[in-house]
Amino acid sequence: MIEIKILEENDYQLIQVRGDVDASSSIELDNALKKASESAHKILVDLEGLQYISSAGLGVFISYLEDLKAKNIKMVLFGMQPKVLEVFQILGLQKLITIADNKDESLSLLNE
Amino acid sequence: MNKKLSISCSKSNLLKIRQFVTDILASYHVQELEAHKIILAVDEVCANLIIHSNNCNPNHKIEVEIKHPSTSKFIFIIRDSGISFNYKAYHEPSIEDIISSKRKGGVGLMLVKRIMDEVEFSKDKNCNICRLTKKIGS
Repeated sequence: MIEIKILEENDYQLIQVRGDVDASSSIELDNALKKASESAHKILVDLEGLQYISSAGLGVFISYLEDLKAKNIKMVLFGMQPKVLEVFQILGLQKLITIADNKDESLSLLNE
Repeated sequence: MNKKLSISCSKSNLLKIRQFVTDILASYHVQELEAHKIILAVDEVCANLIIHSNNCNPNHKIEVEIKHPSTSKFIFIIRDSGISFNYKAYHEPSIEDIISSKRKGGVGLMLVKRIMDEVEFSKDKNCNICRLTKKIGS
């Protein structure tokens, strides 16, 4: 089960992801990121409610990195539980994707 | 407790497979962070087999069997009858290559190899067998 909300906040878009992102649900994360990357220059992804992410979900984030860079769009992920963060770390993705502990920290990074 | 699950090859069944593995590992009191990684690895193999080997055909079955031969070892045996995966021909891509190609796939087996201690694919008559071994505490 996955639940995704896209919210307009100040000068950024906030994508809230809850539940499990696996091979059956990653398309919804893909759709949300596609929509945000078409209209925003700053994207925050709130993963506080994310319980599980598989390679399908990681693959969605990875597939946008080049386009975000080309379009000069900043994206910060925040609020991951340790078990979820570890999945990113297994592949070293914390070096390639900006990850913050919480929303305040991610806003600071977004506005650097 | 039943340590074998047989279920149809539908992506929506991945959640049931994860729940099955979760319950077994919890019954052996495997620590949560360790269990989470093991569940992920089994999910990755099952997702690959359901999608690529069995084309999400719900008439096909995938079977997950869990063995716990010693206190520090778990063996996961995943069987299906779809198109065999040629593990010997698999060359792991680099993350940089996956990023530049904007691919959405390609990191599942990388996760499995990093999480599990042993990964083997074999074939017995019409049955494909994937055997994952995990030493707890390693």
